[in-house]
Amino acid sequence: MAQNSLSKDQNFFLKIIKKQIFIPIAALLVLMLFNLIADPSFFRVELGTSSLGYPVLKGNLITILDNASELVILSIGMTLVTSASGGQDISVGAAIALAGSVVLRVLCGTETRPDHLHAPIIVAFLICCIVAMLFGAFNGVLVAYFKLQPMVATLILFTAGRSIAAWINNNQLPIISEPKFGYFGNFFPGIAIPSPIFIAILFMIITALIMRFTKLSLFTQAVGINAESSRLNGINPQFIKFITYVILGFCVAVAGFIKVSRLSTINYSVIAKDIEMDAILAVALGGNALSGGKFSISSSIIGAYVIQFLTITLYKFEVPAAALPAYKAIVVIILVVLSAPVVRKKLADMKKNFAAKEAN
Amino acid sequence: MKKKLTDSNLLLIITVAVFILMYSCAVTMLGGGFTKSQTFLNIFNENAALIIISCGMSLVMITGGIDISVGAVTSLVCMCCAVHLDFNGGNVFTAILIALGIGLLFGLVQGVLIAYLEVQPFIVTLAGMFFARGLTTIVNSTQFNVENEQFKALKDTRILIPGIGSYNKKGIFIPAYIEIGVVVALLTVAVLFILLKWFRLGRSFYAVGGNAQSANMLGINVKRTKFFAYLICGFLAGVGGFVYFLHVGSGSPSHASGAEMNAIASSIIGGTMLTGGSGNIIGTLFGVMSLSTIKNIVASLGLDDAWWTNITVAAMICIFIVIQSVVLSRKNKSSH
Amino acid sequence: MQDDVILRLEGICKEFPGVKALSNVQFTLHKGEIHALMGENGAGKSTLIKVLTGVYQKDAGSIYMDGAPVTINSTQDAQKSGISTVYQEITLCPNLTVAENMYIGRTNEMTTSWKKMNAGAKQLLDSLQIPASPTQQLSDCSIAVQQMVAIARAVDMDCKVLILDEPTSSLDEREVEKLFKLMTDLKSRGVGIIFVTHFLDQVYSVCDRITVLRDGTFVGDYLISELPRVQLVSKMMGKELDSFEDIKQEEIADTIDRRSEPVFEATGLSSAAGVNPYDFTIRKGEVNGFTGLLGSGRSESVRAIYGADKVTGGRVMMDGKEVKIKKPIDAMKQGIGYLPEDRKHDGIIGDLSVKDNIILALQVMKGMFRPISKADAEKFADEYIKLLGIKTASAETPIKSLSGGNQQKCILARWLLTNPVYLILDEPTRGIDVGTKLEIQKLVLKLASEGKSVTFISSEIDEMLHVCKRLIVMRDRHVVGELTGGDLTQTKIMSTIAGGEKK
Repeated sequence: MAQNSLSKDQNFFLKIIKKQIFIPIAALLVLMLFNLIADPSFFRVELGTSSLGYPVLKGNLITILDNASELVILSIGMTLVTSASGGQDISVGAAIALAGSVVLRVLCGTETRPDHLHAPIIVAFLICCIVAMLFGAFNGVLVAYFKLQPMVATLILFTAGRSIAAWINNNQLPIISEPKFGYFGNFFPGIAIPSPIFIAILFMIITALIMRFTKLSLFTQAVGINAESSRLNGINPQFIKFITYVILGFCVAVAGFIKVSRLSTINYSVIAKDIEMDAILAVALGGNALSGGKFSISSSIIGAYVIQFLTITLYKFEVPAAALPAYKAIVVIILVVLSAPVVRKKLADMKKNFAAKEAN
Repeated sequence: MKKKLTDSNLLLIITVAVFILMYSCAVTMLGGGFTKSQTFLNIFNENAALIIISCGMSLVMITGGIDISVGAVTSLVCMCCAVHLDFNGGNVFTAILIALGIGLLFGLVQGVLIAYLEVQPFIVTLAGMFFARGLTTIVNSTQFNVENEQFKALKDTRILIPGIGSYNKKGIFIPAYIEIGVVVALLTVAVLFILLKWFRLGRSFYAVGGNAQSANMLGINVKRTKFFAYLICGFLAGVGGFVYFLHVGSGSPSHASGAEMNAIASSIIGGTMLTGGSGNIIGTLFGVMSLSTIKNIVASLGLDDAWWTNITVAAMICIFIVIQSVVLSRKNKSSH
Repeated sequence: MQDDVILRLEGICKEFPGVKALSNVQFTLHKGEIHALMGENGAGKSTLIKVLTGVYQKDAGSIYMDGAPVTINSTQDAQKSGISTVYQEITLCPNLTVAENMYIGRTNEMTTSWKKMNAGAKQLLDSLQIPASPTQQLSDCSIAVQQMVAIARAVDMDCKVLILDEPTSSLDEREVEKLFKLMTDLKSRGVGIIFVTHFLDQVYSVCDRITVLRDGTFVGDYLISELPRVQLVSKMMGKELDSFEDIKQEEIADTIDRRSEPVFEATGLSSAAGVNPYDFTIRKGEVNGFTGLLGSGRSESVRAIYGADKVTGGRVMMDGKEVKIKKPIDAMKQGIGYLPEDRKHDGIIGDLSVKDNIILALQVMKGMFRPISKADAEKFADEYIKLLGIKTASAETPIKSLSGGNQQKCILARWLLTNPVYLILDEPTRGIDVGTKLEIQKLVLKLASEGKSVTFISSEIDEMLHVCKRLIVMRDRHVVGELTGGDLTQTKIMSTIAGGEKK
């Protein structure tokens, strides 16, 4: 009844609010507004020079887009995993270390300072994909076939991943001097925009095409929402769960490749540290239920950019890097509390009571 | 009718057997240090804090949950106590109060969120972990040693065990000793053992972990039981934090990193089921000892870096998860 | 007579949004009697039990224990007033010992004395002749013993009223025997037992009285000796015996061509869900049905055809060729569609749109990499929304926000879209309004006239008679009869369902 009395404008407004993508976009706008008021120069984009001497774009906005690339790629895989299995993979940070280590191992052989690459970059990338997908498959088997809770299953690689990464390179820290390798994490000569941005965009396009030309999203959501119904409709829920972890493995490989390319080296204990937290946060910020089911990848992607925006903003206010998790943890807690079924029910009841009171 | 062991007891026996096997392997194959009584006691000296934290973790796991904030809370406690003693001129007694307060506060908030608001434990405690880590660096971002005399006196107190010890190269008898933290740890184990075995709350932990819905039907307040599990776990993280602090005598953001994983691993190795409802505090104690022995073996094999311990720990978790599922499925099959 | 009444319910009403689950229901339980509570699905049995045990709060009515009114707002209240319940699913903790399960959560004492507890448990188990040791872990006991431990717990809590909610559904005959012995024993101790079951044989072997509910209302309270089986079935189904004959028989029968080819044939089919091996055939253009009371195995039988439960034996032929159906996808590929009984749990995918729910089965058959184009999907959805008259705001509306009947139509649409040769409909009309019921019945007949074979299951015999030309009757997970032609009357069906009674 109440809806009839609403004007058309209000209805339109409600519709926008109800859209899932509204939450991350609103968060993004709030952050932008905050920065605009605090310091408008935050948005300035300038022309600088890259380490190779080419003119390139510099500024906070570019940094955000650039640094968010790995997170964006991960958040896509994490969204699928969350949707199908109703849990999250906490081993992605460790898996990135591992993927990166594989790339270096292939390119450097056993030397720590090779003067030439031991294999073409593409070969290194492909091997890194295979290894990362195998690790994803390991998690996938534990979750889908052994029916372990996703977070507990991925705890194993979370613990061991970085150590295995170090072991792959005999605990050495190889450095690649070949500038070509650095192109993927920094700039291609002559192009003023950081390459990770292009890789992230390319990844998004591929994802969009996959979503368009396969029914992966329908199957994943069906399994996440009602595994039993899905089974009775001929879907194999275990295989779908398994495959989402393998896909996340691929995302990890790409993210890991970018990460090592940025520095042309690796630090096993620091690389992609806490990125699992950010990836989960991106999924949650995108309005996706952490308990699985329906998802929106575009919302997660924007969620990832919001997190990077928040990180850079906090840096801007001279919050030390190590203290960042404390702030993010507060955001997470607020989000999960607000999305908890118990709290939602209470809020809905309160709303109803309020409406009833108003009607009287 | 053949009498069968309960799940908890069966897994406990496996754990104790594994520990004895592992230690005797170490003694026979590596010999040397492993035969000294002090080496054995050092397992306790080095791991007193881990024992306390693992006990809390086991409680939570018995109810079917998990708490991964304990390591970060330990680190936060160290840092706060260190800052309190050195920069603010506090005394040891107030430092202990601070440690317990921090632990209780984390336990309280996490317990409310998980038990009463029904948020997934992993997400809540993951956030708790990041919050505590972040807060530690905000309190102080660098490592420093505590110079407070009162504290140093307490730290260096050694309790000699009469009758055991070893002779050094010059033939002088050196009595074996334990640190104060070990007393606290063993006390914790004893108290929790009694709680789990004979107290209503302790039995409720098992009931809730076995089947929360049934437990509710049996007249157990499931929410309150879960809440207490997280509260006690938080409190023990505070106690463990202080014991850790007492052992290392410094504050650092990198203290106790990965302690939550060690605690979970110890609990699993000690026979606590990830799915809840089964576990034993004595098993957890042996879990910590096994873990420590494995680390010692890895070290004495010359693979002396942190990476290898992580890999072995992960492998042990993996193996014990498999053992648990195999043992229990065998057992269930034979009973039907 | 009046003074040995221990429990009396009067004028109990309970309403859920949109459904009147109980209206003005009464119930009387005497000391030392076993009282069966009977009714078909949706009759309100479980709602009544839940009101009595404090899981639900009643909207109106009163409850008297020993003549004094009591208020029951929680399970604890019920226990305090002396009402204990043993459910079909064991509500004990499998990881605790037998003794603990009997005593946990009952006292406010801080500590447990194992010695005292084990001794008490031993005494009780012995006195009730339950073959279990107090220190045994509960999960090591058989289901029957677990159930008995639950009863022992209830008995020890000084219960005056013991509710047994379908305790026998997972027990074998010997175990049921043991349980009945325990029940008679308790009866002689003066405990009033309310026994809910779907097995008629069991009712007639242990119960003293029967209360029948139908559609949330009280039908009657009878002495067992005064209510023969057929009468009981008719009371549960809501048809007076004399009014049976004039209901139907317009066209029916004869129309099936006996010589037409069997589409689906099964011999000795059985499944892990507990169906005893049975043979089954369906011909082209035939509509047949499985009937029987709830829990008779009718749903499990069709699930075995579709491969929804693990098939444990039997041979299956489609169009005369032997095929293997192990998983639902195998059945789908053979052109079999299955509309499950539990729409919410097994049928719809709640958060997905009407459109996605409709195209799901077809999409699965085509495979993940050959998507139905957006335009096609919309076309299909719109087509079936119009064809079946699905009332929805749009094809993009989440299916969970539709009414039950419209959800059911969506699932029908899902299967029609796959163009099946054989369609299994398990309770397609449950919980939906009369108009939609008729539409679905008509649709089934139309499909048959187009040459499709349909198996139709319904709790309502009327409906079965309308659409089915052959009925397979089940009781206690066995096929007990097959009725065709002139035998298709309510009386005959009911007497076959009731069975076992020598007249």
